[in-house]
Order: sequence, then structure tokens, then C-alpha cells
Amino acid sequence: MSLKTQRALGQLLTYTLLLLGAVIVVLPFWYMVITSLKPQSYIFEIPPRLWPQEVTLSNYTTALGKDLFGLYFLNSLIVAVSSTALTVLVSGLLAYAFARFEFPGREALFYVFLLGMMIPPVMLIIPQFIIAKALHLLDKLPGLVVVYVTMNLSMQTFLLRGFFEGLPRDLEEAALIDGAGRWTIFLRIVLPLSRPGIAVVTIFTFLYSWDEFPWAHVAIKETTRRTLPIAIALFQSQHLTEWGQVFAASIVALIPVVLVFVLFQRYFIRGIATTGLKG
Amino acid sequence: MRRTRSISQLVSALPFVLPGLALFAAFVIGPMLYSFRISFYDWKIIRPERSEWLGLANYARALGDPIFLRAVLNTAAYTLITVPGQMLFGLIVALLLDQSIRGRAVFRVVYYLPVITSWVIVSLLFEYMFVGQAGLVNYLLRDVFHLMKENIRWLADPILVFVPIDLLGIWKGVGWTAVIFLAGLQSIPDHLHEAAAVDGAGPVARFWYITLPLLRPTLVFLIVVLTIGGLNAYISNLLITDGGNPLDLTHFVLTLMYEATFTKLDFGYGSAISYLLTACVFVISVIQIRLLRRQVEL
Repeated sequence: MSLKTQRALGQLLTYTLLLLGAVIVVLPFWYMVITSLKPQSYIFEIPPRLWPQEVTLSNYTTALGKDLFGLYFLNSLIVAVSSTALTVLVSGLLAYAFARFEFPGREALFYVFLLGMMIPPVMLIIPQFIIAKALHLLDKLPGLVVVYVTMNLSMQTFLLRGFFEGLPRDLEEAALIDGAGRWTIFLRIVLPLSRPGIAVVTIFTFLYSWDEFPWAHVAIKETTRRTLPIAIALFQSQHLTEWGQVFAASIVALIPVVLVFVLFQRYFIRGIATTGLKG
Repeated sequence: MRRTRSISQLVSALPFVLPGLALFAAFVIGPMLYSFRISFYDWKIIRPERSEWLGLANYARALGDPIFLRAVLNTAAYTLITVPGQMLFGLIVALLLDQSIRGRAVFRVVYYLPVITSWVIVSLLFEYMFVGQAGLVNYLLRDVFHLMKENIRWLADPILVFVPIDLLGIWKGVGWTAVIFLAGLQSIPDHLHEAAAVDGAGPVARFWYITLPLLRPTLVFLIVVLTIGGLNAYISNLLITDGGNPLDLTHFVLTLMYEATFTKLDFGYGSAISYLLTACVFVISVIQIRLLRRQVEL
């Protein structure tokens, strides 16, 4: 066998395996889309079909009209956007202090924050619930936001510190000599120069807050304050057989996530690769 | 002189540090200590001052509770299956993508889709696919591949229900694992492979003697992180088993913790369970890091 045919065979094998894997990954999503387009009477059809006989959008109109779906979507959006903005701000400030100030106990404090990356988040849920209750944050969207920001703080501070330390110091020193304060430098020089790093923080925090379930499940009992993940889970447990509607709602909930991911996927992959962030 | 300088640095650093520190103290450090305390009490959520000191009784109760032990077993099995599963398929995908092929970016996006999809959605999706009567999986196994004669009632059986849960754990994690492996693979200098190829080493030998040893740090990292993730698995089990059904035989440690705390309002017992799990996670991580590091140094 010549080298050329060998290489061609290798390529063929690579593509076959990659396509096979892609089919396994995509098939459940495909089935979800198809199911969401089937009329209810076809949901438990035998045999189940991967191609609908009758296409209808009724699941979408019913699910989205039902149960305040628009409000849940808005709640999710508010929570995800404000958690993301606050995480960028708070972890940016922290990371800048760790990267550019020389204060006693700096490294010790940094390691305390790193500890936050090792604690399994769910073990914190019980006391967080008690504290949120004492602070009257239960059943309120800000109660979700403060916890999401805190749970992201360690990772994002770690990431941004590395990023800030990689910035050239000359600009900041020049600005200092010109009489600029630390805040001006942070807001006018450091943040604008760190756009790629901030993009990674933004994407991760947004996806995390959009998808988060355990804390929202515990902290929100009031119907009007639900975010999409709890709304979808509860919807399914109340309408056990209405899978078409469950998946119609799921697909609408998935759209922002996929959009954010596809738009920023270059930053995303680089971010995970350099920091090992869990997506 | 140096002292005053470092103090002035501290003063100007404070506004940058304080917001993050306050949040972290209030919602991470504080809770950790607080739940440690609660775990020694029969904690009354409505009137904490009436809580009753139990010493280690909550811990003893967990260790003697067959439902808890079954949950530990379920969680351990899930971790032992999904961690190697994710690593094996993640490595294969990474090796396939670590070549100059067309459509790399597309494949990367596709393989990453399950990672970004919320656990709630994919758990419900797998539940639906594994439904006993008209489920897609039974249909494929019975009518398309003729692997069985009867439908399997996946979701009603305390053992078989872990098939969808475990498969979901692997399916959802492969994309992330592959990206981490890809980063590891790309940090291996090309000239090592080229030199070995010149010396007549085939692809298998090169993988075994160059790629795998140089991937050690990546492997250590992945094993530790994926194990932590496996032991903390929660949402898929909660939704697919509907909270431990049948007969509380199918719990994971965290679904049991959730039920004890927020359904039965037994906060002390729930906290003890979460501390047992955390201790377990910590010990296992340290052992893994020690063992795997030592091998690197050999």
C-alpha cells in the first residue's frame, strides 16, 4: 500500500468516526426538535418516528402562551445579564488588586479565593438558603444574582488575574506619572485592553446563570419569579405526557445559549483551554 | 518606610478587594462554617434557638442508613462509569480533531452542544427517549437492530434506570473533555513526533511513548475535575428517577441530601450528608493528585 492510499484511508477513517460521533451527539437534539413539532396525538406513536408525519407549531404557541412563559424568559434574561455584569465588575476589581497591588497577605487571600473552586457548590446550598432567608433574599431575583456572582467569583478572578498580569505595565505607569488615579487606570486602560479575557468571563457566567438549576430550585418558590430551568422542570412534572410542549419550551430556552456560543466560540474554546474552566 | 508603603498599598487596594471579599465571606466561607455547625444539631429552621445538640448523631445516622449507603453506591458507580467513559471518548474525539481536516470548527461546535445545554433539558430529553412503551431507544434496539424481543422498562427498574443517567453523563461531558485534551495535545511540540517518525515509530508507538506520557498533567487534571463532577451529580438523577424512585433505591448522595433538607426539613441531617460528601471529594482528590503526580516524577 502506497503512502498516498494509506493517508487517504486514514482521512476516510477520521471522517467516518467524526461523523458517527456527530450523529450520536445530534440525534437526541434532532429528536427533541421533531417531537416539538408533532401534534400531541403522535407523541407516543408506535413506532416513534424521526421524521414527523404532520408538522404543527401548536406546541410552541400553547407552551409559550401557558404558565407565564414570557415572564420566565424575562426572569432568566434579567438574572443572567445582571449576574454577568456584576461578575465582570467584582472579579475584575479583585483580579486587578491581586495583579497590581503589593499588600500584605495578598497571596494568602488569593489562595482563600482559590478554595472556592474546590468546594462542591451543592454543599453550600443549605446554609446559603438559611442566610438568604435571613437577608430576605428568598423568592427574589437578586437572591439568585448574588449567589451566581459569588459562585463564579473564584474562577473568574483567577482567570482575569492571569490576564491582567499579561498586560504591559508601561501604559499604566505612564498614566500614573501623568497623575491618573488607580480607578481611572482600571476603567480607562486595564478593562478596555482586556476585552478577550472579559469576553470569556462574560460567556461563562452568562451560560452558567442561564442554565443554573439547583440554587434556583431551592430559592424560588413564588411562581412569578421562576427562571427557565425550574419552569421547564416543573412544567414537565405537571404535564407528564405533554412532551411536545416541554421540548418546544426547551428549544426556545436553548436559543440564546446556542447563539452566544456560536458567536463567541473562538474565545470560548481558548478560554476553556487556557484555564480549564468547567463549561 | 517599607511598612508605610505597604500599608498605603493596602488602603488603596481595599476598595478593589472589599466587594468580592464581602460576597465571598457571606455566601461561601460563612455558609461552610455554618453548615458545619448545623450538622451537629437537630436544626429547627423556623426557630433555630430551639435546635437540639446531637453531637455526631447525624453522621452516625447517615452511615447506618441503608438508603444513604445505597445512594453512596449509586454515586460511586456513576463516577466509576462516567469518568473513564468521558475520558476515553474525549481523547478519541480530541485525537481525531487534532489533525488538519476540513470542518474542524463545525465538529467542535457540534460536539460542544451538549455541554452548553442545561442539565434540565437534556435530562428530560433522555427520559423521553428511554420511555418504556413508545421510547426511541427501545424502538431502535428492538425493531431496528433486533437486539431484543421485549421492550425494556428502563425508568421503572432501580438498576436499569442508571443506563440513561450514566449515558447522559458521558454524552454531556465528552465535548468538554475533548477540548481540554485538545489543548494538551497542542502543547506537545511537533518535532517530537517528527523525530520519532524518522526513527521508524508508527502511530501507535508514538501515541504510547510520546503523546500519552506528555498528556499526564492533562490526565491528572481531568480525572480530578471529572471525579468531583461525578460525585456531585444531581440534576439528571433528580429528574429521571423523580427523586429516588422506586423505593428510594436510586438516589445519588445529593438528591438524598436535597430530599432530607428541603422535603423533610431535616437540615441537620442534610448538612451532615453534604459534609460527608465534601470530605469524600477532598480525600479522593488529594489521593488522585498524589498518586498521579508521583508517577509523573518517576
